[in-house]
Amino acid sequence: MIKCRNLTLGYGCKNIVNSFDYEINSGDYLCIIGRNGCGKTTFLRGLAGILRPKSGKIELCDNLQRKQIGYLPQITIAQKDFPASVEEIVLSAFQGKSLLLPFYGRALRERARECLALTRTENLRKACFRELSGGQKQRVLLARALCAAERMLLLDEPVTGLDPESSQNMYSIIKELHEQKKMTIVMVTHDVEAATKYATRILDFNEIVK
Amino acid sequence: MFDQLLFYLDFPFVRYAIIVGTLISLCSSLLGVTLVLKRYSYIGGGLSHVAFGALAIASVLKVTNNMFIILPVTIIVAVLLLCGGKDARIKGDAAIAMVSAGALAIGYLIMNIFSASANVAGDVCTTLFGSMSILTLKSTDVYLCVALSIVVLLTFVLFYHKIFAITFDENFARATGVNVNLFNLLIAIIIAVIIVLAMNLVGALLVSALVVFPALSAMRVFKSFFSVTIAAAIISVVCSLAGILVAILAGTPVGSTIVAMDIAAFLICYITNFIRSRRI
Repeated sequence: MIKCRNLTLGYGCKNIVNSFDYEINSGDYLCIIGRNGCGKTTFLRGLAGILRPKSGKIELCDNLQRKQIGYLPQITIAQKDFPASVEEIVLSAFQGKSLLLPFYGRALRERARECLALTRTENLRKACFRELSGGQKQRVLLARALCAAERMLLLDEPVTGLDPESSQNMYSIIKELHEQKKMTIVMVTHDVEAATKYATRILDFNEIVK
Repeated sequence: MFDQLLFYLDFPFVRYAIIVGTLISLCSSLLGVTLVLKRYSYIGGGLSHVAFGALAIASVLKVTNNMFIILPVTIIVAVLLLCGGKDARIKGDAAIAMVSAGALAIGYLIMNIFSASANVAGDVCTTLFGSMSILTLKSTDVYLCVALSIVVLLTFVLFYHKIFAITFDENFARATGVNVNLFNLLIAIIIAVIIVLAMNLVGALLVSALVVFPALSAMRVFKSFFSVTIAAAIISVVCSLAGILVAILAGTPVGSTIVAMDIAAFLICYITNFIRSRRI
């Protein structure tokens, strides 16, 4: 589905991922593990199209388009006290679809509602984002990623900072999306135990960097 | 008192002041919500000092309309500050602090060395605190202000959802294909225009207040981005109108009266929120 050829990524004059070759296949549940600062998030940002490759290529195959890929970044400090309703946040995922989108039609609202249902946050639609628990916040952001995604999800540490119950909940939602909705999952995680339990493939970044 | 007010409203310069005051406070509060949430609260202060520096240069060069120098300089600095982004060597708050203090110093220096006016201290004080300059607006200033405000308002309304998406999560917006750089550029230009306009109203030192107070007040009480934006706009316009009227009636400086009103509104919102959270 995605082919990385001779990929080099980095910030400024520092290279973090060096001439890296990898393929992600359709239907994969790929977990990327590795210690802090080894380039997991950088690689994911490259896949998401936020960071341009310095050299090499990221090829989208099998008719995969950018707008079919959903991205769940790590939550930022600014977002924690952001005054916004859950619905506003989830709907914002559609802004990439056209340059001018001053109103959201019924179809888009319906789609947003479906995505909220998939992540078990339907009842929070009118809630205020900053008043949600950590687990609820992550599930809402996952719903937003789903709105943008039809075929592939890129998840950056989706369970970091969550209690065991919330992480379990998150994992089972992701599993459902993988199995029932046939989505390709790429997840950066520090939870090696869960990675070995759920993933169909594991990519260890520690070995690549060396 | 009401008669006195009607008496004052007969003068065109009072009406100009009210029109300009309303428009500027409306625009600055709308953008203020975004700036506060993007952690750029102090950019208003920084850019207004830059505008002050540009004003000093313009007055030394004896340009016919000093807007032709102030506006481009401020826009360029705003673009550099807001779009330099995360890869810049000196980032965010440090860059703003540096630019604002630097521009203020250079501006004052230039005014002192080259000034033709006999009363440098008075001139400086006027630009810094706005003093009565809002009451001495010419009709061309008013037309310029109205035109620019309409452009700012239209841009904001048209791109409201884009601005929300970028404010909430720039990375995600970029991943879904929003042209983040373009909109950041747009926001930077708009904010520079607003700040240059707002300097007339409250002066360079108090511009931050117009940007920050309404947004923060609204954020105490309201919980969605839409309601916060609307509330900030209403709070800002009401405070500015009240401030201008009080200033006219009581003869106090316009800028600081408006800011005092904003502080009062903030306290009311803060206490409302405090009482409400206690009750639940």
